[in-house]
Amino acid sequence: MRYIPHTQDEIGQMLDTLGVNNIDTLFDCIPAKLRLKRPLELPAPLDEQSLSGLLSDLAADNPAAGMTSFIGAGAYAHHVPAAVDQLLLRGEFFTAYTPYQPEVSQGTLQAVFEYQSMIAELFGCEVVNASMYDGATAAAEALLMALRIKRKRQGILVARSNHPEVRSVCETYLGEMQARPEEIPMTSGGTCDLDALESMLGDDVAAVLVQQPNALGCLEDLPRIAEIVQRASALLVVSVLEPFSLGLLEAPVKLGADIVCGEGMGLGSGLNFGGPGLGLFGCSKKNVWQMPGRLVGETTDDRGRRGYVLTMSSREQHIRRARATSNICSNEGLCALAAAIHLSLLGKRGFVKLAEINAANARAACSLLGSLPGVERAFDAPFFNEFTLRLSADPEIVLRRLESHGILGGIALGRFYSEFKDCLLVCVTELNTESQLEALAAGLES
Amino acid sequence: MNIPSELKYTQDHEWVRVEDNVVTVGISDYAQEELGDIVNIELPDEDDEVHKSEAFGAVESVKASSEVFAPASGKVLEINEPLLDAPETINEDPYDEGWMIKIEISNPSELDDLMDASAYEKYIKEELK
Repeated sequence: MRYIPHTQDEIGQMLDTLGVNNIDTLFDCIPAKLRLKRPLELPAPLDEQSLSGLLSDLAADNPAAGMTSFIGAGAYAHHVPAAVDQLLLRGEFFTAYTPYQPEVSQGTLQAVFEYQSMIAELFGCEVVNASMYDGATAAAEALLMALRIKRKRQGILVARSNHPEVRSVCETYLGEMQARPEEIPMTSGGTCDLDALESMLGDDVAAVLVQQPNALGCLEDLPRIAEIVQRASALLVVSVLEPFSLGLLEAPVKLGADIVCGEGMGLGSGLNFGGPGLGLFGCSKKNVWQMPGRLVGETTDDRGRRGYVLTMSSREQHIRRARATSNICSNEGLCALAAAIHLSLLGKRGFVKLAEINAANARAACSLLGSLPGVERAFDAPFFNEFTLRLSADPEIVLRRLESHGILGGIALGRFYSEFKDCLLVCVTELNTESQLEALAAGLES
Repeated sequence: MNIPSELKYTQDHEWVRVEDNVVTVGISDYAQEELGDIVNIELPDEDDEVHKSEAFGAVESVKASSEVFAPASGKVLEINEPLLDAPETINEDPYDEGWMIKIEISNPSELDDLMDASAYEKYIKEELK
């Protein structure tokens, strides 16, 4: 689809057809007192040179952009190849939305289909939708979906080891429902308490939400969890906030997940001051009619040629109204496309290699930092690219000191977990060099 | 349009076969024609309670989604399980293979306001006007 503005001639023709004199007349239905009768108070237009100067000045107000970062905690920094942005800028693709007359935009639909197929492979899912707003809302929608599938059950269990902001969004989404999410406690080892899970799993529980790797960087014992959840005939929802972990870890569905959700910001979009996110969402074919969001399908036209359509739309709000599976009528089209391009550029081997580099860098960092005086590894559980350290000094003070050396050293876990006030959550990706790590070690040591 | 004379009909275009205190429910030939290609249906579980004039399930076509309403209150005795995997059966054979649920009704007088075939035929003609 092309995006070409209307000419004055075309606007004139349309107004003639409508029989009105000017565009303002079209807004007569809005009461006069609600209409703004003056121009917007915007600054005067700038020439290109002044504008780029202004934007550089604004960017310079963000010192964090130039700092070395070891922060993960749900938003993982990865290298985005220049080709991703170059391709995103193509006019045919450059829109945030799935188009409203979808079938004329075969290229967009094919790109979304490719995105769905690639994420489906990572998750081990039969079906992946065209994407949700972000990882947190995807998790909340997964729980709502589970309640629709298990319509006679009202219970939702959310592991405390899920990211606290994801838990909070789930509580907001479920707040108006009869279902109230209950928290599964965490062991002192930094993983979901499986004994507690087992005892909390009554026959009223529809779903259990677990994050892998969890909010403290630890790997949960997913096969065990799946076994416990299946025994109670509940659904297991696995939240993957760091999809690159799937370059090394088995696909969640193969370990027993029923619904997989996650955050795809790291795939092609980058951190961008916190957003936009990309909500990943997949499930089995059996449950597809309860799935939220849009879905692109591949089919053939009346002459047998391959084509793409938005399919199973009667789940959606524009057809199903109040009984729709979700109020999401859109997707993160551009971010999904960025993810598809990024994944294509990496390829299967590149994706695995990148995961290996992340794991190796984090491993090296963990043993270096863990051997410093006053610093120890907090948990024994295996991890991917993020791990928790226990400090003898106050993590908040240590972080402030590191900041003065241009290093964002991680997240003081006390912010999320009062029981881990002495802990620091550190993330190491392919972007962190050996000299950055040495600088972090030197800062932690002093 | 096929409107079997031995069946009763609701204003929401369900058909009802009454056998003692058990009723079989589906949607009429007219309803399936209006909906078009049916791609998904939702049914209750066996032993669920249903209530007269309340939705017990849904029928979805490519472009529309409609709820299906219980003609009388009672307990779901049986559902047409194969229909869940082959919803197009409703298009092909709405009155026989396309039945949806059987209800053990608790109050037969709730069936009194159903239409017979000729009343239903008139009702559709009114609706088409």
